[in-house]
Amino acid sequence: MTNIFNYIDRPSPIHQLTGATKLVCLLLWSFAAMATYDTRLLVVLALLSVLLFRLSRIGLKDVSFMLGFTAVFMVLNNVLVFLFAPQHGVALYGSSHELLHLGGRYIVTKEQLFYHLNLVLKYLATIPIVLLFVCTTNPSEFAASLNRIGVKYTIAYSVALALRYIPDIQREYHEISQAQQARGIEMSKKENLVRRLKSASAILIPLILSSMDRIETISNAMELRGFGKNRKRSWYMGRRFTRRDILSMLGCLLLLAAAIILNIRNGGRFWNPFI
Amino acid sequence: MTEPILQFNHFGFQYNAQAEPTLYDINLTVRKGEKLLIAGPSGCGKSTLAHCINGLIPFSYRGESTGQLTIKGRETKDLGIFEISRTVGTVLQDPDGQFIGLTVAEDIAFALENDCVGEPELHERVLRAAKLVNVQDHLDHAPHELSGGQKQRVSLAGVMVDDVELLLFDEPLANLDPATGKQAMELIDEIQQKTGAAVIIIEHRLEDVLHCDVDRIVLMGGGRILADRTPDQLLSGDWLRENGIREPLYLTALRYAGVTITPAMCPRSIRSLRLSEEDKEKVRAWFRAVPEPEAPAERPLQLEAEEIGFTYPGRDRQTLHGVSASIRAGERVAIVGTNGAGKSTFAKLLCGFETQQSGVFRFEGEDLAALSIKERADRIGYVMQNPNQMISKVMIFDEVALGLRTRGVAEDEVRERVEETLKICGLWPFRSWPVSALSFGQKKRVTIASILVLRPRLILLDEPTAGQDYRHYTEIMEFLAALNARGITTVMITHDMHLMLEYAERALVFSHGQIIADADCAAVLTDPAIIEEASLKETSLYALAARCGLADGRAFVRRFISWEREVGRG
Repeated sequence: MTNIFNYIDRPSPIHQLTGATKLVCLLLWSFAAMATYDTRLLVVLALLSVLLFRLSRIGLKDVSFMLGFTAVFMVLNNVLVFLFAPQHGVALYGSSHELLHLGGRYIVTKEQLFYHLNLVLKYLATIPIVLLFVCTTNPSEFAASLNRIGVKYTIAYSVALALRYIPDIQREYHEISQAQQARGIEMSKKENLVRRLKSASAILIPLILSSMDRIETISNAMELRGFGKNRKRSWYMGRRFTRRDILSMLGCLLLLAAAIILNIRNGGRFWNPFI
Repeated sequence: MTEPILQFNHFGFQYNAQAEPTLYDINLTVRKGEKLLIAGPSGCGKSTLAHCINGLIPFSYRGESTGQLTIKGRETKDLGIFEISRTVGTVLQDPDGQFIGLTVAEDIAFALENDCVGEPELHERVLRAAKLVNVQDHLDHAPHELSGGQKQRVSLAGVMVDDVELLLFDEPLANLDPATGKQAMELIDEIQQKTGAAVIIIEHRLEDVLHCDVDRIVLMGGGRILADRTPDQLLSGDWLRENGIREPLYLTALRYAGVTITPAMCPRSIRSLRLSEEDKEKVRAWFRAVPEPEAPAERPLQLEAEEIGFTYPGRDRQTLHGVSASIRAGERVAIVGTNGAGKSTFAKLLCGFETQQSGVFRFEGEDLAALSIKERADRIGYVMQNPNQMISKVMIFDEVALGLRTRGVAEDEVRERVEETLKICGLWPFRSWPVSALSFGQKKRVTIASILVLRPRLILLDEPTAGQDYRHYTEIMEFLAALNARGITTVMITHDMHLMLEYAERALVFSHGQIIADADCAAVLTDPAIIEEASLKETSLYALAARCGLADGRAFVRRFISWEREVGRG
């Protein structure tokens, strides 16, 4: 059964960081990667992210689906940018070094290629970090982390609870859909849209009804064991910050600072090697 | 006399949404270290009583109460639900539904977390509670990795972690296989002895609860307490039969034999039961007088499974291997075994929801492999355990008509067939009602009707009576028996030994992906090796026969069942 949080338990320094640290680092890191088009910093971020990924002992095989998915997306993104804005690089960098004429307005320039390089680097700088967060954060610790960075614990807990119930609901959906297929509800893509919507209701209504029973039981169970009693609660899976956590967050903060400083010095988000 | 923990004094309760009170004039005292069984048919008010004890009433479900209810001398109205939960620990019916944490440890820790218990006390107390119920080796396991019995242990640890003084169990035996149910009762007994807590068990499966001793049985009916006696006193009287609770089978057998049951005989369990020579002779005489039931006539073969093998994708272990069985037209067959033994997988393969890797299913000589799910459903009807999992229409008529309409049957014929089915199922008076107005048992009938309307020759039911009291159980099963009499083969997946004994001729016993026995039910439930391996429970009738010096216990069980079918129900 697939889980959104594809937590993979391995002994690594990344796993030892608390969920809160990883969440904060993820946010700082992505802000840094988004803020700048400075190629030098992006190269550093991309190299670092690949290095961190190695450090976490998560194999490429473990994340092959997500990687494949983002790779397709990245290629698509680049192709579309070129199709719709082949001269975007020229406009950005203010010069035009032509390399190849493809006909019409499609002229390949050094500037455009350089812009695409930056785009690719942005993917490389962020995707491994996102995957890292998803694969090395225990979902219950994640809830504890959300609470630690200031999200109300009732909300943080409902996130954890949703994660807890996703596999159950998937299983139930599957069972209901099988039983309804036996009654002749057609689920295949051959049917037209209206009929498929109707079929979906034959599965969703029972699913919602039985989920409501589930919600009543769970909320009673939680209340009977004191959920919502105090304004605060402790977390079994919660962990204290160690020096390692503080250092990691400081490191990411420095990266964001670097991005901002570079943006100021470059007089914009782009670093221009063509002048 | 120890101090009372819980005291009802002329207590009554009425839900805001209802016109009549649900509880009337309840007087009940529970003292430290006592163990109580509260029994009663559905709708008798026992769940409401439980909600009053744990504080869900009045803090979650609103209503008007009269009289007093005190916990350790203080009115519950003045306590909050959280304060009550420190004294009263509740284990709910469904161990799956109340599992809150992502792992065993987190689930046990839940109450402590809410109390802001910090480290290292939090981890220590979780470990202590886990050791109390013996789940300390599974602390980092997820709920779906646990068996039903283990889940229940975790639920218990989750309330014991707070050192509660009163444990309230709401139908602890539902969803458990018979052997696990037995262990659950032993566990409750053990915890009570270790902690000295008072225990209240709400359950209608009386014989199974009485596997361990209880101090008192409180019988409820119509929102009142009808009797509050020791088990020996209660079982000697007529209260149970008058109020739709099933008495233990050995007592029914004794009554058939003309034995008068008195408290002095200690009828609370088959082990404590004292029988005089005269009583034993009466049982033997009854046994001799009842004729051995005739073996059913040979009927044509309907369904054959041949060497079925199946492994779920991504798993190493085979879920089913080398499963062969045959079912004859018009038979009533029970499929039994522990959770995970392969019963449901077998049903899924049969319906075409999954496809076996090896082996063949043949229905009336035809290989099922070539047929789609929908085509198989025209031959084999499958009814899920929970009717809420099947019902998708607002009106009863439309719900029953659904399968015909998706098959493109003309509307005239749909009307005719639905009406005919509604009549057979006793739903004719409700034909124009919305489904939501029906009781759980009636909804179950609607789902059965919606399958029957497709005219299957075999009907396959998953736990047809789960969660039903004795009256509804009898109603559903008699209805199925009537369908069977019309020639429809009935196959039931069940944990209920009574159901199997009474309503099936033959049992297929699954264990670890194989069929380990295929024999008549009396034979299965009197064979210690099969009982042990498949986590079943020996019928008390067998023990009674042995106590009376009858060598052929199996024949005794068979004669009892046939006698009950013909005479017992009139």
